[in-house]
Amino acid sequence: MELLRDIWAFMKERRKWWLGPVIIVLVLLTAVLVLGGGSALAPYIYTLF
Amino acid sequence: MRILGISAFYHDSAAALVVDGQIVAAAQEERFSRKKHDDRFPVNAVRYCLEEAGLEVKDLDAVAFYDKPLLKFERLLETYYAFAPGGFASFVKAMPVWVGGKLSTRKLLRDGLKDAGATGKEKLKLLFPEHHLSHAASAFHPSPFDEAAILTIDGVGEWSTASICHGRGKDIEVKRELRFPHSVGLLYSAFTYFLGFRVNSGEYKLMGLAPYGDPLSARVKDYEDRIRKELVHVHDDGSIWLDMRKFHYAQGLRMVKDDAWERIFGFPRRAPESPLEQHHCDLGLAIQRVTEDIVLRMARTARAITGSPNLCMAGGVALNCVANGLLERAGIFDRIFVQPASGDAGGAPGAALAAYHLHFEQPRTVNPNDALNGSYLGPAYGEADIRKVINRFGAVASPALDEEALVQRTADLLAAGKVVGWFQGRMEFGPRALGNRSIIGDPASPEMQLKLNQKIKFRESFRPFAPAVAEESLERYFEARTPSPYMLMVHPVRAELRKPLPADYHALDLRGKLYHERSTLPAITHIDMSARIQTVSPRTNPRFHKLIKAFGQRTGNEVVINTSFNVRGEPIVRTPEEAYRCFMRTEMDVLVVNDRIFLKEEQPAWPEGQEWMKEHVLD
Repeated sequence: MELLRDIWAFMKERRKWWLGPVIIVLVLLTAVLVLGGGSALAPYIYTLF
Repeated sequence: MRILGISAFYHDSAAALVVDGQIVAAAQEERFSRKKHDDRFPVNAVRYCLEEAGLEVKDLDAVAFYDKPLLKFERLLETYYAFAPGGFASFVKAMPVWVGGKLSTRKLLRDGLKDAGATGKEKLKLLFPEHHLSHAASAFHPSPFDEAAILTIDGVGEWSTASICHGRGKDIEVKRELRFPHSVGLLYSAFTYFLGFRVNSGEYKLMGLAPYGDPLSARVKDYEDRIRKELVHVHDDGSIWLDMRKFHYAQGLRMVKDDAWERIFGFPRRAPESPLEQHHCDLGLAIQRVTEDIVLRMARTARAITGSPNLCMAGGVALNCVANGLLERAGIFDRIFVQPASGDAGGAPGAALAAYHLHFEQPRTVNPNDALNGSYLGPAYGEADIRKVINRFGAVASPALDEEALVQRTADLLAAGKVVGWFQGRMEFGPRALGNRSIIGDPASPEMQLKLNQKIKFRESFRPFAPAVAEESLERYFEARTPSPYMLMVHPVRAELRKPLPADYHALDLRGKLYHERSTLPAITHIDMSARIQTVSPRTNPRFHKLIKAFGQRTGNEVVINTSFNVRGEPIVRTPEEAYRCFMRTEMDVLVVNDRIFLKEEQPAWPEGQEWMKEHVLD
């Protein structure tokens, strides 16, 4: 709930409402990836995330 | 008021504790976990900071994290959108990391704090100052200035990659920003990658390699022209525009498009650990020159915007001490203060100070000598820890000596050419060893650079060493006017100490230059006759200062080599046990821990072979 409140406040302040649906889709997609055995770690050469 | 600052989840995790505006403790997690550039929640560093002040999590007024995760997430999404479908592979890897954790950094912080002793019932105020504001606060608030221009330059925070701020009293006003993907830090890192070093840790190697480039050659000029024509447009105010068609970091998992760079420079990316050739050095020199040009332009803009004669700097690029030295000599500012922990670790004290002065609006008291007191902000160890080493390893140590006897005996050993591991008091905060976790030696010895690199540090032979000089003797050895207490300024060695160069010096290859004796202090004189200076003050490190003076009485030189107490790939030692282990694994001759001296020839045989080297991932 705290996260949702943060995201709501963030979208409101930055006026980036388009982030809402993107985040919902991402949460669902990630759930599929994680449940499907994907790794939540970042094996990388170099990342900016 | 007590505020804990935290930097984590990217690289170089750290914690710092600010009590009533003073940084009372700060440490990087890698020193505890022994994993270089550790990015996990700094649970050990947090425990240490609290213990140092005798506090618990419940006693804190706030915890400040060094950036705004949601703003960073917005940058990622907008970047992927801009490059779509190009960044799909990176996107698929990044999103689980974010949605599965980083997006809820509050939870990660609360969980981490529980591991550090929180009960979960504390009503902790969590604050998230912006990344570059944390850097700016880390430099300005402890600086000796009431008013100053502040320049922060790094890879990237949320959107900002560089900023110019104006600090007055406790306040910091952001004046200009350079935004992702256009980044001086990432440009330098791109060359670090292309020249075969590790990004986010090998940048200082590139800086050390650059002077091996031939400054008189047409090739360096040609490379510089190609960089400016094909990769980066530098504007008059120091802002830059990168041609993102040639880079890959925004949307991919590599820094650059290797094929495009091979076409531009005429050779492929250097494989890590493969031999360094002259064209690698020349390209290193070219990008160093471009970087210096950008930093100088940004500094001039900062001066013009703020009108201040003082400058504070932070961010990873502020660790480019060659550019810092040039900036000081350019005379754009009267005085310059660079935060010694300029990388992301410094975001921890920066976030805490930003919270204290900017969020809670607490007043600031300016310390005319700077408020870091030598950056000795880490843990200290006592006689009980030394006894543990003696008992565990059967080590042989002198009895505890009084300071005068200890200093005189150590100076004798140094003057006799011995390499000494010097472990004293509180550990330094920041990437440099400043005389409390240092390996020291005689800089006049011609073979010292090779010995230290190959038999003690086990690192590349081209890597230079830095001098620690008694503050009052600075101008006897170096063309520098102002103290450099944090080893963040490179200045020329005085002309009268230099030895004549052969006519073909610049045409010599890397080894030819390396083995040429360049001055009467050859081990600390870099290939281009410069040195990365640490001035040692009796105010901040009286014992180290006394040692340098005692060494000077014997040799005439009030300068010693000062390199960090570790081997390649290993975080700097923290405890006496780690120091003893490093001492025994290498060809170091002497170890001094607080008041005791360990001589190598008196120690029992060390049971390990060379297997221990595999413990450390080469940087």
